[in-house]
Amino acid sequence: MPKGVYLDFERPIVELEEEIEDMERLADKAGMDVSAELATLQAKLARLKEEIFTHLTPIQRVQLARHPRRPYPLDFVERCFTDWLEIHGDRAYADDHAMIAGLARFDGQPVAIIGQQKGRDTKENLRRNFGMPHPEGYRKAMRLMKTAEKFGHPVIAFIDTPGAYPGIGAEERGQAEAIAHNLREMAGLRVPTLSVVTGEGASGGALGIGVTDRILILENAFYSVISPEGCAAILWKDGEKRELAARAMKITAEDLEHLGVVDEIIPEPLGGAHADYASTARAIAEAIRRHLGEISAWSVDDRIRRRREKYRTMGAWKGPEGAHPGPRDPVPAGEADRRS
Amino acid sequence: MTWFKRDRKKIETTEKKEIPGDLWQKCPSCGDILYRKELAQRAWICSKCGHHFRVAADDYLEILLDAGSFEEFDAELESVDALEFVDTRPYRERLDQYRERTGRNDAVLCGIGSVDGVEVSIAVMDFNFMGGSMGSVVGEKVARAIERALSREIPLVVVSASGGARMQEGVLSLMQMAKTSTLLSALDRQGLPFVAVNTDPTTGGVTASYAMLGDVIYAEPRAQIGFAGPRVIKQTIGQDLPDEFQTAEFVLEHGFVDAVVPRMRLKRVVSRTLRWMLGREALPEEP
Ligand SMILES: [Zn+2]
Repeated sequence: MPKGVYLDFERPIVELEEEIEDMERLADKAGMDVSAELATLQAKLARLKEEIFTHLTPIQRVQLARHPRRPYPLDFVERCFTDWLEIHGDRAYADDHAMIAGLARFDGQPVAIIGQQKGRDTKENLRRNFGMPHPEGYRKAMRLMKTAEKFGHPVIAFIDTPGAYPGIGAEERGQAEAIAHNLREMAGLRVPTLSVVTGEGASGGALGIGVTDRILILENAFYSVISPEGCAAILWKDGEKRELAARAMKITAEDLEHLGVVDEIIPEPLGGAHADYASTARAIAEAIRRHLGEISAWSVDDRIRRRREKYRTMGAWKGPEGAHPGPRDPVPAGEADRRS
Repeated sequence: MTWFKRDRKKIETTEKKEIPGDLWQKCPSCGDILYRKELAQRAWICSKCGHHFRVAADDYLEILLDAGSFEEFDAELESVDALEFVDTRPYRERLDQYRERTGRNDAVLCGIGSVDGVEVSIAVMDFNFMGGSMGSVVGEKVARAIERALSREIPLVVVSASGGARMQEGVLSLMQMAKTSTLLSALDRQGLPFVAVNTDPTTGGVTASYAMLGDVIYAEPRAQIGFAGPRVIKQTIGQDLPDEFQTAEFVLEHGFVDAVVPRMRLKRVVSRTLRWMLGREALPEEP
């Protein structure tokens, strides 16, 4: 695990890793053979990682999704694609650095890539507005999507945002209109579209680039109608109740799969995506390859019909004709509670 | 108030509003005490200052539709609490309470009716039901209203009044934005009119989906229209917001609604718009 920044629940792992390093260093200096002791510690470390990372609570996953060392869309662009050419601006107001857009190739095939991008340090975060786009970000993304449609190339969206930016300028320039417009226009795109939720999928700001043929999600990413803090502040009148809110809203990848919102969960390495960028990127590329292969085979009419049908069935209600989803595909109750 | 078709249960709840304690209403804008019966006759507009009160969905139908023209659909659809959501209280209890209070199963009323003789598929949101929040039932009913417009080849009218997506249904609420917008894409492609009417308040996920997707978008005077809540924005930017921020007039000035229309003129404006879109004969000019 990269040193420096870590979460509370990662501390035992970090400490043990440091212990192992210290022992290696000392043994090296003294020319001692400590391989037996090291093996014991390594085994202990593996058990500890297993123990911690197979029993993550919803809020711990949220923390992982927001980990300061979490790989961001550009990290995946670098590892999953070639021939990256970033494009800029919405041709109306500005270039939004919280939203990346560009031309790339996947296995040699031209694709368009869009995604929210956070900064790695304070300076970059100020420039990227912590991954919270303004309306011009959504409009830039749509501009590239239309370009991709014109040339018949697939669109791949990486979702990782705390939300669309809540500010005066954002409201003045039509944040709601920009997102709404994208939802409707993405529904009608003639080319294959696919989204991968890699970190925070928070509210309309995430969905604004996420109406796609397939929705994939990293194991520790989440997708939610509002941040756990926002929900806690409104419903519990106490932002500190974010753990309860995270649990109640069923926002983990597994919950989302049960709710019929995501198509596939992409596994992360033990220790989380930040523990190993390369293997996480390989898993993402493999999943994209498989799904893109499937949705590229559809005819245009079929694709648009299937996309509409996909969202048409989302939700849960009951009426005279019975309950939806029906008894054959029930939403398991309290799944997250049993797990943690 | 009983001219359109509905079942007994709802008539009873409407009558419940008429209890003596509810005879008078204070205007939140000018402070005048108004007689509710008169207020209802004046489309819930303050006779002194012109303040537009928030209106229950069935009252709004009376404002917008031709008398006796409304037929309700999908009234029985109700939430199933898929997340078994509990905050300080179970979601189920909250739902029961709002059902009792409003006589409705959820926050939108949908059906077919006519506006000055133009048949429309209409959805009217009701802020009285959990702040008009959009969960699965609202999304599904609006989706069906759009499908009704598609299958009958008639225009769609949606009157919004909502605090946004319903947190108690989590991501399923969020996905209703996608569901309704994808169907609006179909409506758009089929060349059918969609008029959006945004009333106080139209915010959050509803604004960021169908409320901003009308071919023409009208707003009521002084209605709050926006994406993020003012408190959240204030907290984020650490400064006070301009006085007119997120009012219909502010949104008009910035180019995101087509006109601010007083409620008294709304029916005529909507029907003229629809007639123009459909290429039908114009109505006689207003005096
Ligand atoms: Zn008044």
